[in-house]
Amino acid sequence: MGRLFAIEIIYRGIFQKTLATRLSRSIVLAAHQEGKMGISFGRYGDSPERNGIPAKNFAIVATDEQTLQEGMAKYEPKEVDVTIAVDDTLCKGVESWAWYGLQPVNRLLKPGGTLIVASREGPEAIIAMAHRKETPYNLAIVKGTVSFSGLWVYKDDHTDVRILGAIAKVLPDLFSLKSVQKVIMDQWQDPVKAESAARAYERISTTTVRTDQGNPEVPYKFDFPKWHEMGEGIAIPSIPAGRNMEDPVSHVHGGFQPDRNPTFKKFSTRTMRPVVNFDTCIKCTLCWLHCPDSCFDVTPEGLYDANMQACCGCGVCEAVCPVKECVTMVNETEFGDNASQWEAWRNDKEGYQAWLAKKIESHPQRSHGFRYRGQYEEQVPEMLEIARKG
Amino acid sequence: MATLAAVEEQRKTEETALITGSEAIAVACKLADVDVITAYPIRPYDTVMQYVCKLVSNGEMDCEYIVAEGEHSQFEIVKHASAAGARVFCGSSGVGWMYAMEALTVTPALRIPMIAMVGNRALDDPGAFGVEHNDALTVRDLGWQLVWVDNAQEALDTALIAYRVAEDRRIFLPCAISCDGAFLTHSQALVKIPSQEKVNEFLPPYDRGDLLLHPDNPITVAPQGNEDWVMEIRRQNYAAMERAHGVIVEAYADFERIFGRSYGNPFFEEYMTDDADIVLMGMGTLSISVKVAIRQMRKEGKKVGFVRMRWFRPFAAEELAKSLQRFEAIGVIDRDYSFGSPYLGGVLAGEVRHALYPGAGKKPPVLDFICGLGGREVTVPDVQKMADSVYHAADGKAQPLTQWIGLRE
Repeated sequence: MGRLFAIEIIYRGIFQKTLATRLSRSIVLAAHQEGKMGISFGRYGDSPERNGIPAKNFAIVATDEQTLQEGMAKYEPKEVDVTIAVDDTLCKGVESWAWYGLQPVNRLLKPGGTLIVASREGPEAIIAMAHRKETPYNLAIVKGTVSFSGLWVYKDDHTDVRILGAIAKVLPDLFSLKSVQKVIMDQWQDPVKAESAARAYERISTTTVRTDQGNPEVPYKFDFPKWHEMGEGIAIPSIPAGRNMEDPVSHVHGGFQPDRNPTFKKFSTRTMRPVVNFDTCIKCTLCWLHCPDSCFDVTPEGLYDANMQACCGCGVCEAVCPVKECVTMVNETEFGDNASQWEAWRNDKEGYQAWLAKKIESHPQRSHGFRYRGQYEEQVPEMLEIARKG
Repeated sequence: MATLAAVEEQRKTEETALITGSEAIAVACKLADVDVITAYPIRPYDTVMQYVCKLVSNGEMDCEYIVAEGEHSQFEIVKHASAAGARVFCGSSGVGWMYAMEALTVTPALRIPMIAMVGNRALDDPGAFGVEHNDALTVRDLGWQLVWVDNAQEALDTALIAYRVAEDRRIFLPCAISCDGAFLTHSQALVKIPSQEKVNEFLPPYDRGDLLLHPDNPITVAPQGNEDWVMEIRRQNYAAMERAHGVIVEAYADFERIFGRSYGNPFFEEYMTDDADIVLMGMGTLSISVKVAIRQMRKEGKKVGFVRMRWFRPFAAEELAKSLQRFEAIGVIDRDYSFGSPYLGGVLAGEVRHALYPGAGKKPPVLDFICGLGGREVTVPDVQKMADSVYHAADGKAQPLTQWIGLRE
C-alpha cells in the first residue's frame, strides 16, 4: 500500500465557500502534478450552507489508485495530516448545523499534524482559543486579514495561494512549491499569485503546541441511542417557552429569557458579536424585533441583552439600532467567554463602560459579507499589503 | 336459507342496508365516529366523499369535513389532524393517489394511523376509470398497511378492523383499504350494519399518548435528521410492521367475538383448497368470477382451489408458503403490472414467489397471469384458460411464466 494524505479545510459557510473549494481542488491538482491521485469534496451534511456556519471541505490524496480507495471508503476522513482553518475564530470550535455540539478545531489532526490558520493574531492567541489535544501538534499561521467573500463574488486577496504555499512547506511529501505554482498558473494565469505562494512558502514557520496548552474545556460528547431507545414517530421534546430574568443586583424578576437548545449553541458560528451600550439604549425594541435568531433576552428593566448561546453574529441588530454606537459589532477574536454583558453592566457600570470602549476601539476589521459596491477594490490592496509585510 | 323468523330476530340487533362498497366504508366512518375527513373528487373514490357528505349534511355524522384543493393537501390535512389526536379518514384513486405521494410517504414515517380508502383505478394515461391495483401498490414499501376486500360487507368490517389495528399504540401505521373501482365501489349489495354499542366495544378511542401534538405536550415532529439517525428511525417502522401481524390476528379474533362474524385466516381467504391439485390466487373482486369458474371446473373433475389475498402489507409469507406448498402448481392473477420485473410478471406473483423461496418445503411452479387491466372483465372462460395452463405446469409441461389473459391477440 502506498501513502495516503488527508487535508481538511474548515471554513465559514457561504462567505468562504469559494475559497475552500479553490483550496481543496488545488491541493488535488498540485499533488497530481507529481503523479498522485486524489479527490476533493465538501462535507455533504453541511449543505445547504448557512452564512458563517462552520463547514468543511476535504482533499484526499494518495500515491496510487488503490490507496486512494482506502481513503474514499470512509464517508469522511477520521484523521488528517493537515487541518486548515481559513478563519481564526474557528479555532474556538467547529459546530456545523448538522453537527453535534461544539467540537475542537484540531479534533481530526494526527499526532504531529499541522493546523494552518489564516489570522492576524500571534500563536499565543490562537493556541488559547483551540481546545487542548492529547497529542502535540504543529501550528502554522498564514498572516493576514481573514478573507471573506459573498457566495457569488470572490475576493481575490491571495489567501488561497498563500495557504497552498504553506502546505508545500509543512507537508513537502504531498507536493512541492513548484507544483503549486504550476497549478496556480494553469488555473489563473497570474504570476503575482504564484509569487505570493512562494513568499508564504518562505515565511511560514511552525510552533509545536504541547498537550498542556490550549482551552482546557472538555468538548461536548454524547452516546448515540440504540434504535429501541429512541422515541418513535420522529418526535422530540420541544424547547420550553422560557422564563423571567433575575436582576443580579436587585434580584427583581421580570423581562423574558427564551429557553434555548440545550445542545446546539451558536458559540462558534460567529465571526463577530454585538456589544451593547445599555446606558444609551432607548428601549426601541428594534434589535429584539429584527434578530433572526431571537438572541435578545429582555431584562427586567426592558433592556435587550444579546445572548451568546443564540447569536450568529449577523449584525442586523447593529444595522437597525437608531442610536449611534449603542450596538457595535466587534470581531470575535476579542472575546474569551460568552458571558452576559447586561449582568456585567449591572454589577459594575463604570467598569463595563471601560470594557465597552476598549472593545469598540479594538475591532480592527469587520469580518464577513459583501456590503457595498467597490468594497473589494478598497480591501484587496490593503490585504495584499498586510500579506506582503507578513 | 334463513327462516323469516330468524331474519326478524336478526333485524332487532343488526340493520341491513342496500349500499355500495364505498357507502359501506362511509358507514364505517360514521360508526367509528371519525373526527376529521378530507376530500377531493376523483372517480371512483368520490362515491365515499359523497356519502360521507350526505351523512354530515343529514346530521347523522359529526365530523370536520374539509374539501381540499387537491389530493396532496387532502392527505396533509388529515396527517396533521391525526398528529393532533383526531381519528381521520381520507382516500383517493389512481393518479389522485399519486398526486398525494409526498404526503403518503411521510405519513407512515411519522407513525400516523390514517385510514384511507383507495378506489382502485388504472393510472393515467389513458384516462380510464376501471380497476387496476397499481395505484395502491405504489406505497407497498413505505410502511402503509394494505388490505384488499371483495365485497361491501367486508369493506365495512375491514374499515373498523383497520382503525383498531392502525391506532394500536404498538403499530401507529396508516392503512389503505383497496376497493376495486366499479365492481365494488359502484355496486350496491345487502350489508349488515353493526350496532353502535358493538362498535364502541370493539374500537377504543384513539389515544396518541406521548406523541400527541398539543400545547400541553410540547414536542417537535419531523425535525431534520441526518445519516446518524435515519437507520434507527426506519428500524422502528420495521418493528411496527413486524408487530402488525399479531395485532391483526388479535383484532379479527375480537371482531368475531363481538360481531359474531368470522373471516377465518385474516390474511387470505381459501376457497375449495382442501382437496385442490392446483390453486389460483388473486386480490379483490375478481374472486367472484374465479369462484364461479372453479365450481364449473369441479363438475368436470378439475380440483381447482382459490386463495384470495386480503392483507398485502403486512404480507403473511410464512402462512402463505405453508399453505401453497400443498398444491402441485399455482397461478397468480395480477390485476397490475410491473414492467421489466423478474420474468416480466406482475407485483403479486413476484411477492408469492418471494414468499415461497426461503422455505425448506416444496416449491410448486408459479405462473403469472396479467388480467383484467383497466377494469376489463375477468371472465369465467379466462379463469378456465388460466387453470388449464396451471394444470399443464403441474404435469411438467413447460408454460410461459407470464401470460396476458383476455387480451385481443
